[in-house]
Amino acid sequence: MAKKYDAGVKEYRETYWMPDYTPKETDILACFKVTPQPGVPREEVAAAVAAESSTGTWTTVWTDLLTDLDYYKGRAYAIEDVPGDDTCFYAFVAYPIDLFEEGSVVNVMTSLVGNVFGFKALRALRLEDIRFPLAYVLTCNGPPQGIQVERDMLNKYGRPLLGCTIKPKLGLSAKNYGRACYEGLRGGLDFTKDDENVNSQPFMRWKHRFDFVMEAIHKAEAETGERKGHYLNVTAPTADEMMKRAEYAKEIGAPIIMHDYLTGGWSANTQLAQWCQDNGMLLHIHRAMHAVLDRNPHHGIHFRVLTKILRLSGGDHLHSGTVVGKLEGDRDATLGWIDIMRDSFIKEDRSRGIFFDQDWGSMPGVLPVASGGIHVWHMPALVNIFGDDSVLQFGGGTLGHPWGNAAGAAANRVAVEACVEARNQGRELEKEGKDILTNAAASSPELKAAMETWKEIKFEFDTVDKLDVSHK
Amino acid sequence: MSDMQDYKSSLGNAESRKFETFSYLPSMDADQIRTQIEFIVSKGWNPSIEHTEPENASGSYWYMWKLPMFGETDVDAILAECEACHQAHPKNHVRLLGLDNYAQCAGASMVIYRGETV
Repeated sequence: MAKKYDAGVKEYRETYWMPDYTPKETDILACFKVTPQPGVPREEVAAAVAAESSTGTWTTVWTDLLTDLDYYKGRAYAIEDVPGDDTCFYAFVAYPIDLFEEGSVVNVMTSLVGNVFGFKALRALRLEDIRFPLAYVLTCNGPPQGIQVERDMLNKYGRPLLGCTIKPKLGLSAKNYGRACYEGLRGGLDFTKDDENVNSQPFMRWKHRFDFVMEAIHKAEAETGERKGHYLNVTAPTADEMMKRAEYAKEIGAPIIMHDYLTGGWSANTQLAQWCQDNGMLLHIHRAMHAVLDRNPHHGIHFRVLTKILRLSGGDHLHSGTVVGKLEGDRDATLGWIDIMRDSFIKEDRSRGIFFDQDWGSMPGVLPVASGGIHVWHMPALVNIFGDDSVLQFGGGTLGHPWGNAAGAAANRVAVEACVEARNQGRELEKEGKDILTNAAASSPELKAAMETWKEIKFEFDTVDKLDVSHK
Repeated sequence: MSDMQDYKSSLGNAESRKFETFSYLPSMDADQIRTQIEFIVSKGWNPSIEHTEPENASGSYWYMWKLPMFGETDVDAILAECEACHQAHPKNHVRLLGLDNYAQCAGASMVIYRGETV
């Protein structure tokens, strides 16, 4: 029987709290960490989150009755305690897939992290995880090339790739900048990288940079016989300008370009990723602004969600944190989102912060990029943590070598190859790291000098977290 | 500056040419090659041998030595084929790959005999 219109304010839970609901395979599922205002019942807050992130508003409206609201509404279907924190709880919400435009992370996130995050009944709200059903994944374009295609394009197998971010971040002229790239590449790096805030400033316009860097790549390739790249940052004030820079990078033969997917925006990123796929270009993704969103444990968007968004929007590399190095990173949580980047199926695993099974089908994977405050002494741990399918990026750890970039690059290249060889022999990298590196340095004066410059950090620990603490 | 070393690499110096994974380490001896083959076998990858004239090393396709050794797990048999390829083409680079048919990509690739670089 048809419903009657009854104006006024109803409790959210009457409509949006459905503890008996069994999520469908095609539902988009979300886990929120909810910190309610005091005195508001959990079910009501959870239902409010489901309502405000889907069909609901604060009052009943007559137009509700023109549609099948029970079909379109989000449903809060479960509540759980947060281990070790009584101020908040987990709320699980299921959204019918038809609420969202196909292939649009922009649309999904506009709903899920829209108005609801400013909702007065909440003190804080954090989106912990999203399960994207395979039916939705298949509507997205995803990474332009993927890990295996990148390896085939660049002829690099059986080891992590090596990169270096050019420093100083700002202020170099295009010719000097190209010099720094050339030195790193001829020393054995696979990639050099524009820093995220290198766009097209007065001291170095983008086109000059692209031209000088390509000359550096060509010469380093001829010299070493290996294939090289530089992440040409095409992040720009407008999407049109971004595309113009991307087209020019392709025209001069660059294999890989770069975009900042948070500050540049997901719409621009998705456009660029699709263009890269059509044009055989690799796409490196930087994540400036992520810590604004993901650092607060009670409010914002967890990085594992931002990782899923990038994989759907498209990118071949994504910065993941290093676990070791200058940025403190939780090892288990990092391993969780590295799997989310690379694997085709990831099982729910609360010990790594993964709330849902995630099936990517045949969508290509993304290479995690470990970057930030790492040097040769970290190499054994990095190879052990990240494995072959990763990019290890040493900025200061290359450019800070006492003999310059080429020597710094060679030191890192020798170190990574020595670690891979030792790992393949069945040796325990994090325990035998010092021995492995010392042995390799016997035939590499560049590595020996690097090890003396950055001194020894201890490897006698089982986990890197402890290693990092002792390093301080 | 006196203890600073120059980085000896140039277009004119053939020693500067590298061949990807493990080419920044000294040439592997027989035992080292054996342990890398054991690793490839332990991963369930198919060993495959390729070779090329050094001047043509930069392309994606080197010459296959016979067919990939599908399902071969006998390390001595794999070593013998590497040696046979090297004997037949002593001036060429010879590389050993581990083909991962699930990833549809090589899981390992290493030059085990280095020809005379150009």
